[in-house]
Amino acid sequence: MRASAIELFSLSSLLSLQNTGGRERGIGILFDGNNFERLMGGLFVTIRISLLSAALSLPLGILFGMLMTRRNPLTKALSRIYLDFIRIMPQLVLLFLVYFGTARAFALSLSGELSAVIVFVLWGTAELGDLVRGALVSIPRIQYESAAALGLTPLQTAFFIIIPQTVRRLIPLAINLVTRMVKTSSLVVLIGVVEVLKTGQQIIDANRFRYPTAALPIYGVIFLLYFLVCWPISLFAGCLEKRWRD
Amino acid sequence: MDFSFIRRFAPMYFDAARLTLGIAALGILFSVLIGALCSVTEYYKLPILRRIASAYVELSRNTPLLVQLFFLYFGLPKLGIRMSSALCGVVGLSFLGGAYMTESFRAGLEAVEGVQREAALSLGLTPLQSMGYVIFPQALALSVPSLVANVIFLIKETSVFSAIALADLMYVAKDLIGLYYQTEEALFMLVLSYLVLLLPISILGTLLERRLRYAGFGD
Repeated sequence: MRASAIELFSLSSLLSLQNTGGRERGIGILFDGNNFERLMGGLFVTIRISLLSAALSLPLGILFGMLMTRRNPLTKALSRIYLDFIRIMPQLVLLFLVYFGTARAFALSLSGELSAVIVFVLWGTAELGDLVRGALVSIPRIQYESAAALGLTPLQTAFFIIIPQTVRRLIPLAINLVTRMVKTSSLVVLIGVVEVLKTGQQIIDANRFRYPTAALPIYGVIFLLYFLVCWPISLFAGCLEKRWRD
Repeated sequence: MDFSFIRRFAPMYFDAARLTLGIAALGILFSVLIGALCSVTEYYKLPILRRIASAYVELSRNTPLLVQLFFLYFGLPKLGIRMSSALCGVVGLSFLGGAYMTESFRAGLEAVEGVQREAALSLGLTPLQSMGYVIFPQALALSVPSLVANVIFLIKETSVFSAIALADLMYVAKDLIGLYYQTEEALFMLVLSYLVLLLPISILGTLLERRLRYAGFGD
């Protein structure tokens, strides 16, 4: 009872406009100095990492997906192990493995950002590869056979028959993967990359005395920023999926 | 590889894994409840609640758990809402998981044919009974594969809890690296712990999926 009464009191004192003793509170911190530009700069680091990783995973993922449809048992087993390992490990564990592990095992000092890109490319390749495999497998054999019966060469079959059918299924899923990458790239703060969360922390710490309650608006805004980046992409993917369903 | 080191610190990993599992279990339980509620709300197209549910799903699915946790753990205390890191973990995981579970249940509910609902109503079941006895059980069987995928996803997501000072597996590994520089051993144990936690669930999920494929009606 008492604890909740105290909380209620502090809540009411926060919301009411009483003498704050020279301290400012509220949303003003966002536009104090160049704080907003700094936050956007941090967000840009996040987006740069995820877009770079997505761009690199795209060709690699397609290659990996085609590799997984091969009948060779060795390729099958190896790609299966790779996919399952990447899938089962939390991305943060992968980041730790690359960031701390390579330093120790190969005496390589990778920057946080480079380790992040490596991990996200490994992860994106696996995930996209599985999507590509699923799309390729779902094309009925009769499509290949009819193309061959019509006299198309294998290359023509791929370009005119198979790829157009898989692409429609793939693009929405690949776009969703990009939003997942943006969201996952928030983890890089834990291996020391200065991105949007870290910038937010710096702003909060630097203004500890002038804005004692800065954590609320800053983290609230970062939450919103992520939402504003990811939501349009998700909506777009959803739209494409709906339009191409048939 | 220094095995005496591993033997010495294995209990720490064990405790951390227990903590991770405990929080994950609570979070998953609440996520399933939230998911079931929200998806049923959307299924029946309840006027205002449906809007709230879909806004919640969009908000939670398009933001990272780490940012949600930072807001809960560092932001909300400024409003006088103080939570322990364990409680924050459970709340954050339920907030995130609820949205993903909603999507799974929704897909399952949509896959149940409308004739089932009509048949149940024509047999004289009330709408609540027809949902509870006829529609939801079928939807549940249909959404099991994605539910299992969500469970694995949520357990993996618990790895960010170290950022709000919960002594989970990541936290222990980072601690040991910092204290003893035994990086290989600490990371090896970390990977091993997650494999031990997640591999059985993944295999169990595949088996369950195979079994429940017979639960479908007709085809």
